[in-house]
Amino acid sequence: MTTLCRRRVVSRILEHREDALVVSGLGAPTYDCAAAGDSPLNFYLWGAMGGAAMVGLGVALARPDRRVVVVTGDGELLMGSGALAVIGVEAPENLAILVLDNEAFGETGRQAGLTSKGLDLADMASAVGFRQVRTARSEAELDELAELVQAGKGPVLAVAKVALKDEPVALPTRDGALLADRFRSALGVTP
Amino acid sequence: MATVPDGGLKALIELCDEDPDLRVVTLTTEEEGIGLLAGMWLGGVKGVLLMQSSGVGNCINMLSLPHVCRIPCLVLVTMRGGPAEFNPWQVPMGQAVRPTLEAVGVSVHEPRRAEEVGASFQRAACAAFATGTTAAVLVSQAILGAKDFGRDRGAS
Repeated sequence: MTTLCRRRVVSRILEHREDALVVSGLGAPTYDCAAAGDSPLNFYLWGAMGGAAMVGLGVALARPDRRVVVVTGDGELLMGSGALAVIGVEAPENLAILVLDNEAFGETGRQAGLTSKGLDLADMASAVGFRQVRTARSEAELDELAELVQAGKGPVLAVAKVALKDEPVALPTRDGALLADRFRSALGVTP
Repeated sequence: MATVPDGGLKALIELCDEDPDLRVVTLTTEEEGIGLLAGMWLGGVKGVLLMQSSGVGNCINMLSLPHVCRIPCLVLVTMRGGPAEFNPWQVPMGQAVRPTLEAVGVSVHEPRRAEEVGASFQRAACAAFATGTTAAVLVSQAILGAKDFGRDRGAS
């Protein structure tokens, strides 16, 4: 039985983020990251479903000196599941993917997702060469998961089995050009 | 450079593989390259995506990312499905490349002759990186030559 709260998981993992760069997948993971505290170093996706892991890989390859954390959901990750294979091969040590796995398409009416029917995301990532994978189901396992996402040698895939539950609204700006511009400015990238 | 390879890209991919200043990322599907290039740009690095025309259809929704975020995205497409095509399965997407790209806001650059490809690519790169848009260069089978499916070795 899942006891983890997605907002608690994300705030616990991002509370000591230091200068980590965060890419969030569309829907609830974007809202969860905004609720944990807005930062110019958060790049929130509001669309482009299936793209979060590859955006994270791009940032990780461009900035090997910085920790890159992708926060996404089970449906978003699986839509772009080929990205796991690419990341396994490219093997960036600074990239961690945190999957908030509620086993459902929470944004569209809570239809059952593939992970509710036996698919194991950690096994998938492990099979394609992720250096470290872990699944947490309870609060007692959260500290270890947070440590892995924050500092574990990547590529890391961390799965948090979270409850299917509506959270308070926390919407960041959906102006993509603003998000990209402030992210690059905060990184000191010249235009 | 990111790619799902195509026969028309063979020599270029080999040049990229040999270039110590380039990182070549092999993708499972072309849309991954759109996300990858966007992430690299966010981190301050430029890239280019190479694909066959059949891969353009895979990218359409993902192209909303560079479009909405005004992130430069430079794509080189080698075409299939033109008049010299042998394989009918290549024709529908080949015909749809330009209209679908233009429908999602991509500027399309189509050199007519081999000598124009370099200048066309240069213009597309300027359009992408100077104005934060997605630009695609389409290289036709008239320039590349059509895949022969062994017909020059006597196959029917």
